[in-house]
Amino acid sequence: MSPPTGAIALHGLTLGYDRHPAVHHLDGTIQPGALLALVGPNGAGKSTLLKGIVGEVPCLDGRIERSGHVDAIAYLPQSAEIDRGFPIRVLDLVAMGLWHRIGAWRRAAPYRDRLVEALSAVGLVGFEDRPIGTLSGGQFQRALFARLIVQDARIILLDEPFTGVDGRTSTDLLRLIGAWHGQGRTIVAALHDLAQVRAHFPQTLLLAREPVAWGPTDRVLTTGNLARAQTLSEAWDEDAAICGRPAGGAGDAHPPGHSHPQTHAHTHDHGPARDHAHRNAP
Amino acid sequence: MTDTLIDWLFGPFVEFGFMRRALVGCLALSLSAPPVGVFLMLRRMSLMSDAMSHAVLPGAAVGFLVAGLSLPAMTLGGLAAGLAVALLAGAVTRSTIIKEDASLAAFYLISLAAGVVLISLRGSQIDLLHILFGTVLALDDPALLLLGGIATITLFGLAALYRPLVMECVDPLFLRTVSRAGGPVHYAFLGLVVLNLVGGFQALGTLLAVGLMLLPAITARFWATDLGGMIPVSVVCAMTASIAGLTLSYRADLPTGPAIVLAAGTLYVVSLLVGPRGGLVRRLVRPRHLEG
Repeated sequence: MSPPTGAIALHGLTLGYDRHPAVHHLDGTIQPGALLALVGPNGAGKSTLLKGIVGEVPCLDGRIERSGHVDAIAYLPQSAEIDRGFPIRVLDLVAMGLWHRIGAWRRAAPYRDRLVEALSAVGLVGFEDRPIGTLSGGQFQRALFARLIVQDARIILLDEPFTGVDGRTSTDLLRLIGAWHGQGRTIVAALHDLAQVRAHFPQTLLLAREPVAWGPTDRVLTTGNLARAQTLSEAWDEDAAICGRPAGGAGDAHPPGHSHPQTHAHTHDHGPARDHAHRNAP
Repeated sequence: MTDTLIDWLFGPFVEFGFMRRALVGCLALSLSAPPVGVFLMLRRMSLMSDAMSHAVLPGAAVGFLVAGLSLPAMTLGGLAAGLAVALLAGAVTRSTIIKEDASLAAFYLISLAAGVVLISLRGSQIDLLHILFGTVLALDDPALLLLGGIATITLFGLAALYRPLVMECVDPLFLRTVSRAGGPVHYAFLGLVVLNLVGGFQALGTLLAVGLMLLPAITARFWATDLGGMIPVSVVCAMTASIAGLTLSYRADLPTGPAIVLAAGTLYVVSLLVGPRGGLVRRLVRPRHLEG
């Protein structure tokens, strides 16, 4: 059964590097139109989960179900991976978002208005012909958001989009994310600023390699959950034993939108077996 | 006065067929190699192309052993060896702890030594010199057709690959998320590199094959800000260097391949000094900054 358009279903998902899981047995469905924050300490697997969803990191176990075409997903990685010394113009960078419409050979010229519009939506009017190397960090991030606008995808994944970006720029970009949400797009963003998450993201997945809690933001971001996330993420075992949990989707998935209520995680934090998030007790 | 200058510059081409052939061959190479060089430079693969050019040698040498100084045999051998080293070096990098530059250095040293030994098995010192430094003054019809064909394939190939290739350079991860074209595009580009190295090998010899590929490309960096400007500038540079080098080699009785590369080198040094984009003179005498 394929999930509805714009949804991402995760079934017993384990992602990792060299057999060590960075995301461990994650179950649940990101509903179409969700505005979901991905929160957790460094090394919690937030980036890995996003990379797994776009197919950059292979699944060690379990599976990810996405509906629709590849162009249904737009992904903004941490920008360090882009060669900003390359001599192209801002407009050319934004035009990359047209790939699904024009591919390698069709002309980009008919879409110029759309590109300029996207640039003005992120506050970069008049930057069309500037080389990308001359943009500041915040302006560059705005340009990448313009590329996301042009991609026009149903699902948008953002990996720490506001790192190293000033308050004004984050505010503008958050407004843009709000507008996308209003258009019914599914948005998943890895974030560190909890105040920002509380103010702008109705749903949160708290991750510490293990999913700690997943649900309405105010119920997920409790002191207890956060403390437990911290503890879990620090317990890295180089010589970990082979995982004995059953593979793939055996869990009691709880994700937002299911009839099954997911409220008890915030009130008590016993062992991992008690939290509402996934699988049955071992 | 101008008549004398024009005669001095172009006289040799009017007078001698072999000079015209050399000119046509070099112009064809100038049309195809520098645009490839621009991408190599921007991808920080300049030295890699140099290594690959040496790798062409043993393949060409095997062709030479089999068929003597025969163009098709040496070309095919060179193509095969160049592609093999490009792929092998990539495979070694991905599957061992050796980084790409180190694995290429190892491959090219082995190739160069093996190539020289192979040629010495049968050929004379003269043959070796021809192979190392090219025979641009002895280009026959098949050689010219080869250079013309390489230029055609390269220009059409680059035009077809242009958009995904640029995306692969700027943001490979983005290209991977929207398309599977990244890998094939990379290998197609490497194919164009090897093709142009084989072309350069005909004209300039294995040691200088990258001369017309990289020097004009690096020179263009000092004159243009974006890719759309750098490619034509690099082609103009290479053509200028070809004409100047050929004339110079005729007038001053210098070896032709090195003369062409030296002419390209002169353009580079001049651009390094006076180029408007980051040239040294511009850095020393800076106009006062603007208001906003």
